[in-house]
Amino acid sequence: MEHAHATAQALSLSLSVSYLRYIPLFPLLGVLFNIFLGHRLGRKAVNIVSPGMVFLSFLVSLHAFWNLPEGGRLVDTMWLWISSGTLHVDFALQVDQLSAMMILVVTGVGFLIHVYSTGYMAHDHDVARYFAYLNLFTASMLLLVLGENLLLLFVGWEGVGLCSYLLIGFWYTDDEKASAGKKAFIVNRVGDAGFLLGLFLLFWTLGESNVWTLSFSTIQQHIAAVPAEVATVICLLLFVGAAGKSAQIPLYVWLPDAMAGPTPVSALIHAATMVTAGIYMIARLNFLYALSPTALSVVATVGAATAFFAATIGLVQTDIKKVLAYSTVSQLGYMFLALGVGAYTAGVFHLMTHAFFKALLFLGAGSVIHGMSDEQDITKMGGLKSKMPVTFWTFFIACLAIAGVPGLSGFFSKDLILEEAYASPLGSPMLWLVGTIGAGMTAFYMFRLLFVTFFGENRASHEVQHHIHESPASMTVPLAILAVLSIVGGYFPLLHFLSPLFGEHHEPHVAPLIKYLPTVVGLGGIALAYVMYVLNPAIADNMARGLSAFHKLLFNKYYIDEIYDAVIVRPIVGMSNWLWKVWDAIVIDGTVNGAAHTMEANGSLLRLWQNGNVQNYALSFLIGAMAILGYYLW
Amino acid sequence: MIKLPPVNWLSLLPAIIPAFTGILVLCWDLGMKNEERHRLAWLGILGLAITAVVSFCLLGRNEPAFNGSYTLDSYAMFFNLIFCLAGILTFLMSIQYLHTSDIHAGEYYALILFAIVGMVVMAAATDLVNIFLGLETMSIAVYVLAGIWRQRLQSNEAALKYFLLGAFASGFLLYGIALLYGATGSIQLGKIAMHVNEHGASTILLIGVAMLIVGFGFKVAAAPFHVWTPDVYEGAPTTITAFMAVGVKAAAFAAFARVFLHTLGGIHGQWEGILWVLAVLTMTVGNITALVQNNVKRMLAYSSIAHAGYLLVAMVAGKELGGAALMYYLVAYGLMNLGAFGVIIAVGRRGEPNEEFADFAGLGFRYPLLALAMTVFMLSLTGIPPLVGFVGKFYIFSAAVKAGYLWLAVIGVLNSVISAYYYIRVIVSMYMHEGDKVPEKLSARPALAVAILIAAVGTIWLGVFPSASMALSRLSFLALG
Repeated sequence: MEHAHATAQALSLSLSVSYLRYIPLFPLLGVLFNIFLGHRLGRKAVNIVSPGMVFLSFLVSLHAFWNLPEGGRLVDTMWLWISSGTLHVDFALQVDQLSAMMILVVTGVGFLIHVYSTGYMAHDHDVARYFAYLNLFTASMLLLVLGENLLLLFVGWEGVGLCSYLLIGFWYTDDEKASAGKKAFIVNRVGDAGFLLGLFLLFWTLGESNVWTLSFSTIQQHIAAVPAEVATVICLLLFVGAAGKSAQIPLYVWLPDAMAGPTPVSALIHAATMVTAGIYMIARLNFLYALSPTALSVVATVGAATAFFAATIGLVQTDIKKVLAYSTVSQLGYMFLALGVGAYTAGVFHLMTHAFFKALLFLGAGSVIHGMSDEQDITKMGGLKSKMPVTFWTFFIACLAIAGVPGLSGFFSKDLILEEAYASPLGSPMLWLVGTIGAGMTAFYMFRLLFVTFFGENRASHEVQHHIHESPASMTVPLAILAVLSIVGGYFPLLHFLSPLFGEHHEPHVAPLIKYLPTVVGLGGIALAYVMYVLNPAIADNMARGLSAFHKLLFNKYYIDEIYDAVIVRPIVGMSNWLWKVWDAIVIDGTVNGAAHTMEANGSLLRLWQNGNVQNYALSFLIGAMAILGYYLW
Repeated sequence: MIKLPPVNWLSLLPAIIPAFTGILVLCWDLGMKNEERHRLAWLGILGLAITAVVSFCLLGRNEPAFNGSYTLDSYAMFFNLIFCLAGILTFLMSIQYLHTSDIHAGEYYALILFAIVGMVVMAAATDLVNIFLGLETMSIAVYVLAGIWRQRLQSNEAALKYFLLGAFASGFLLYGIALLYGATGSIQLGKIAMHVNEHGASTILLIGVAMLIVGFGFKVAAAPFHVWTPDVYEGAPTTITAFMAVGVKAAAFAAFARVFLHTLGGIHGQWEGILWVLAVLTMTVGNITALVQNNVKRMLAYSSIAHAGYLLVAMVAGKELGGAALMYYLVAYGLMNLGAFGVIIAVGRRGEPNEEFADFAGLGFRYPLLALAMTVFMLSLTGIPPLVGFVGKFYIFSAAVKAGYLWLAVIGVLNSVISAYYYIRVIVSMYMHEGDKVPEKLSARPALAVAILIAAVGTIWLGVFPSASMALSRLSFLALG
């Protein structure tokens, strides 16, 4: 009831403003600048303009944040976009508490990543193109979180999908990268199909009671018109979309592959932008999901399963970015777990803290890769602690945060999720247990990564060792800022801030064991990693050997890619080939060229009629005509 | 002396201007040196621009002629604008193309203009015989155009195939017209509509309807009457392919929609089932088969089949929204397709058509703007917002949903998801593969560049600001009465 009251209040307080448009516009201008002037004006101009544009949107976002009316929202209606019959869709942006938090994270963290990129890409030949994509990515994400209706959200939704694909394939010469980009695109399209089908079903359902709308506020007003069973279907379809974007089972496969892109891009995709789109969408539509406990329990279950499953894969990976990728998949699982048990505030809270420490982890990894002459295999690193002190200390802070060590940001949000998973009416001890075990594994694999990379002896070749250096200030300053945010992010009064949307937050009451065990398990994971990788590295090798079959299974990510290929990709390609052959090759017999040669040989155009080609066309024609006639005469 | 009935010349103006321009082109061509022949194109463009302006100024009027057999209404005028757009962009793309091929410019330009005359007649015809007249005027000109590159065997073959099958399809159409006349006692659409609304559909009438579906199905390239499309589109000169894919398809839909949504609207329930099946078949066959093509031009042929399927969805949805969505989508489809074919023309050279996917490799680095334009067209064809292809599809699918065809919309959405794969392949080739097929230096072709630019700007502009043109298409459709 309280929730409904709060939302009604939020709807009543809409303040019309006209500056929100500048938030996505600045990065969009950056895109145009980079495309048309970037090459001419050179690297220096690009390095100033591209991050500068994002910084400008950050300032506008701050302005919107300060001026946000208590419990209300800001709306910037630009023009009537689509109008067909009774349906009117405005090109309108809105900032409410959720969007305000999102735009601050996207522009804030995004800006740091842009600055970092100026250092990281200093040796790349085509920096303007890179920043064009990066700016476009930021603009799309901003549109996604600012859109006042589902259609505008979809514009941003497709935009980030497209950009991720372009950015992953940035280093085009590498075939593997191009195919990783393609995989990201296709999996995302599967998600899009779910999203669009959900959108049309929602549209149709509301239309049954003569409400043709896609605007969030109008949908919310008329949400009572959606029957519960239909709501379940809509929610599940939309969840397919969310799972595609936010890399959940079974659509997570693209995200680890997307590591092929430049490291700052991974930071942007994984931390501030794209993968949070699915979380954002469900949080945005919380009033719809509230209608369907069934859909919510699916969300929670998939989330918990993904959190656990991805963490197991993360235990054994040796590529620094792959470990981080699976950790992202796993952390997103926690966020979905929170959403699924109805703890939207907790989910969004974790989204924010995760944005800080995951951006930090990726940028730190980028710094390591940069210093190690593009090496990504952690088994060839080691001992970087003294050679890259800033990178080490900031990375260490991020590891503490993600492991849930008390006092740091990750501790607050993850603890809250696990408590809610246990105590919420939609939660269960099972969800809590799975999440807690996952938390232990997270702490273990993160510190395994830290110890193997930064401790012990360096295992790289002499030449690489010779080149190891700390990164320039353009890279280390963003690391330091993110490290501070990773520490203090947990103290932001976000829970109260979001209350107009999700209801006032109440600290769940759970037994001390439930409350403290995840932290203990996390610390245990760290301790285990310390024993296995610092005190006595032989244990790790023995274990890998002792459990070789299991290790291999994990290392190969349960062979999911291979299974998908055999079950989905090959049959579709096969069917396409078959259809093509049936239509074009067997029935129609021969291609244009073939026929042309026959014609040439026979020297007569009329031969064409006899080579079977045209006759077969006419035959297909006739069969169609007969079928239609048959339908009428039957 | 026999007194001639009064003729409403105003209503004939949009047909007379291109016809007259065509004759002028032929006459001027006689005494012209070969290197001056590009002027013919500018003359043609001028004629079409005047036609477009006249049509635009007459919007909102209703000018019947020939005793109600021909009516220049807003519906016809909206289509005239599409035809003129297709014609003008085709002309702009042709100037350089004719230089690199051995096509004779004079009759080439004149034939395009004559084909447009046929299209204009088709869109404005309000009796079945006039529709047929327009259709044949258009088709005969296009048969010749498909084979006008005489030195090229594929072009000859395309023309002959198109002609033989086109004649076959015309037979169906004519037979359908005859049966409709037999069943209702009139060839005038208004009288047929009255008869249908009063008496419903007899078996003879329904057989006639079936024949019309076959005839129109051929022209719009709906499965299973689409089989000619890939061969003909691939074999014809690329400029003509573009013209056919956009102009001919729009004209066929103009007549198709006028007859079915308006005249036979009263028995919507009797034909929507068939069009439903045709729409699903057309979308699916087009998209699935496009997946495995290696030639971009041929891929676009299958893609145009798939798009005919989406347009059929709009026909099934019917009513005001479906009709308006159909017309809007034809504009959208026209812009992005003409643009895509324009890019294909741009990467080709004399003797090297460069139409394979592999030929686009590396285009993104050698010609960033050309590749950017192609990216816009491919994304729009895929249906990525906020480009015009997305808005058009959204109109169609939401019209289908509103009319209660939820499943049709679902199948359409799934199809459009599949289509992403092959359009994206072009982008992958351009940006993610290195290649040397695209020549270091393409000769400067300002007219072609302008055509591509118009298409690209239109694709973006109408996607971001679609409401004015959408309102126009709705009003134009409502003019059908």
